[in-house]
Amino acid sequence: MLLDVRGLKAGYGPTWVLQGIDFAVAEGGVTALLGANGAGKTTTLRAVCGMIRTEGTINLAGRAINGRATEDIVRLGVAHVPDGRGTFMELTVEENMKLGAITRHDKGVAADFERMFELFPRLKQRFRQQAGTLSGGEQQMLAIARALLLRPRLLLMDEPSFGLAPLIVQEIFGIMARVRDEQKVSILLVEQNANLALEIADHAYLLETGRIVVSGPAADIRQDESVRRSYLGY
Amino acid sequence: MASQFSEAPPSLRSGVVRPGFRVDPRLLWAIGIALLLLPLFTAESYRLFQLTLAAIYAIAILGLNLVTGYNGQISLGHGAFYAVGAYVAAIMLDKLSLPWWSTLPAAAVICGIVGWGIGRPALRLGGLYLALTTFSLAVAVPQILKYKGIEDWTGGVQGVLVTKPDAPFGLPLDVDQFLYLVTVGIALGVFVLARNLMASRIGRAMMAIRDHALAAEAMGMDIANLKTATFAVSAMITGLAGALSAIAVEFVSPDSFQATLSITLFVGMVVGGVASIIGPIFGGLFVVFVPNLAEEISKSAPGVIYGCILIAFLFVLPGGVAGLLRRLPALLRRR
Amino acid sequence: MNGFLHQVIAGIATGGIYASVALALVMIYQATHHVNFAQGEMATFSTYIALTLVNAGWPFWLAFLATVAISFCLGVMIERVLMRPVANASVLTHVGVFIGLVLVVSNLTGWVFDYTVKPFPTPFHDGPLLGGLISGHELGSTAVTLVVLGLVFLFFRYTRLGLAMRAAAYNPASARLVGVRVGWMLALGWGLAAAIGAIAGIMVAPVVFLEPNMMLGILLYAFAGALLGGIDNPGGAVIGGFAVGVIENLGGTYIVGTELKLTLALVIIIGVLLVRPAGLFGRVVLSRV
Repeated sequence: MLLDVRGLKAGYGPTWVLQGIDFAVAEGGVTALLGANGAGKTTTLRAVCGMIRTEGTINLAGRAINGRATEDIVRLGVAHVPDGRGTFMELTVEENMKLGAITRHDKGVAADFERMFELFPRLKQRFRQQAGTLSGGEQQMLAIARALLLRPRLLLMDEPSFGLAPLIVQEIFGIMARVRDEQKVSILLVEQNANLALEIADHAYLLETGRIVVSGPAADIRQDESVRRSYLGY
Repeated sequence: MASQFSEAPPSLRSGVVRPGFRVDPRLLWAIGIALLLLPLFTAESYRLFQLTLAAIYAIAILGLNLVTGYNGQISLGHGAFYAVGAYVAAIMLDKLSLPWWSTLPAAAVICGIVGWGIGRPALRLGGLYLALTTFSLAVAVPQILKYKGIEDWTGGVQGVLVTKPDAPFGLPLDVDQFLYLVTVGIALGVFVLARNLMASRIGRAMMAIRDHALAAEAMGMDIANLKTATFAVSAMITGLAGALSAIAVEFVSPDSFQATLSITLFVGMVVGGVASIIGPIFGGLFVVFVPNLAEEISKSAPGVIYGCILIAFLFVLPGGVAGLLRRLPALLRRR
Repeated sequence: MNGFLHQVIAGIATGGIYASVALALVMIYQATHHVNFAQGEMATFSTYIALTLVNAGWPFWLAFLATVAISFCLGVMIERVLMRPVANASVLTHVGVFIGLVLVVSNLTGWVFDYTVKPFPTPFHDGPLLGGLISGHELGSTAVTLVVLGLVFLFFRYTRLGLAMRAAAYNPASARLVGVRVGWMLALGWGLAAAIGAIAGIMVAPVVFLEPNMMLGILLYAFAGALLGGIDNPGGAVIGGFAVGVIENLGGTYIVGTELKLTLALVIIIGVLLVRPAGLFGRVVLSRV
């Protein structure tokens, strides 16, 4: 298991949002974290990369990372496409992408830039433009490109479909599948759009008010009539 | 959920209920007034003068605390109001030969008007910008006071000399004793008024604006007017202190009102206790007596020590001396 | 007419000093949204270090470089020791710590180096040039200022570290997520600001003479310049600094006279905040009423 999480509690103030959850992300696959608003999905991602207070163990490739600073966790190969996309609005698209690779000192950065242009041709068109002027979909692409330029082992994605037109969502999920196949990145995907997520995921967990209520192979969950009715609502 | 239980009062947690400890407030008042009168009979005149100054600073710091501590408008320029109050008093005494007691309300009213005039545009400035602007005001004050165009009134660089009033009605008090009595009396009045103000609906509104401006506005408070009025009242109180200081020091000059004065008031506020009524008393004592002690080390020592104490308080005791006193019973009980 | 031109040029020369200090203020403002009230005092302290080195027989430019390096380290230290612990505290606490810093640094300067006004050497041939239009020192200090401002621009625009610092200032949360060590970027920002301040201090000291309160007025003009240009815009702040230098000189000569020069800075500050709080080139800042 690339990421192995046990008994994770996490929260912002004196109380825990996550009440002690266990989950894992397999190497080279897409793991989906589903659930309603306020279930604790975003909190889970923030906990994994050390942005909030946690308790429990979080192991990345066998190495404990809980309690470490976000910067250090990122440098171990965890990239995060945060909710709200985290665009550096004042900087150009180029600078945003350079920041994605800012911790890298290898020679492959230029080649990775080219790969990103191939995945997201629009970023090439907008290369010199201020990132704040991009559309929502373009910013989402930029956020994914920024995260991939880290050459991460684990990619955390927080609701990549949020607020985007269906066509763009299709495009982004298509790219995600390509990235998984071509780049050996494992993805932990948080989504409210369960239908979409279960299509791409291998394994899924269902969160409800800070607890995992269902887990299993994505295909099984998709088939399970009762889970769909009571939790996913479609 | 669990955290709510852990925040229960200590007596509940330990399972032991201690008997309440109550003192008749009238007794406290009597002790307090006796303590205030004590120096009249025991202190030599220089010590009495220092205590008078401490009371004056306490009033000035109280004024600052209303606007900065309670209302959240950071002023680093209250020395300007202090200066205006002092000059009003000095000019009325020296140039117009008016009686000393008439200068106090006059200084308060004029400073209130000036405060309103500055507080109105200051509304548009966020916390930091207001601090910056008032700091600039503090730096510019001596220059404005030296301005040649108003030299006939202000005495320019030379300043204005005044004399302390004698005790009226043949009271057996010397000038220092009389001034001490007057100052302490006025201070007492101002502090009681301020306490009542802060306990009132208006006081709560002032604090609500500091803590949750949006919520306060949503609840229909007239934020603009309340903030401006707070600034004006604050300036009034500090200006009153300035007038008293002119009389006590018997001299005003531009160099008495440099930026350091505003900073001194700010330090006194933090050390005494931000958003505390009794805090400024400790602040006043602090700014008068601590530099004297420190000056024995070096001329620059007071400044350095001031700065260190200010930072230390912000780090360790952000509630100031008053905050410490408030927490003391709880701290002792925990033992 | 020649007099007017001379005033403009002299204004540009002092404006360069204001521009440097304004830039230092803006750098810290961008990263932390606080204005360092002690920027001027820190610069004065640095200038005394330079004087001490020069008096000890160091060549001027070596002393200059050493002072800049020492100031950089002091700036980093101040951020680490004083500002870090209160990073999440209220504005009042921040302002208080800055004021504490003003008190400590300015009085420490007086304590260590005493209060007498001291002349400060200029490294430039100091005589009138171009028929008295500009002095050698004015020309030299303006050149130094422009070079420094240019280097700072290039650093932020074209280096990895500069990019990381800008990212940390604009969006600390996102910067952490790409692995930028935001805490260190803030400390570096403080170091750079202190270094720039030191250069400004060294360049202005031969003109105004060195004493512990040397930078107080200059800080005020720098505030005014930074606000005029836009407190969140480094380029704007530099232009604002130059503009304030010219306004100050012309205003002092033709309108209010030298005695009220500081008041002029106050008027500019209040004027900008009331008429255009975002400054000429800044983004619109919020103003709550």
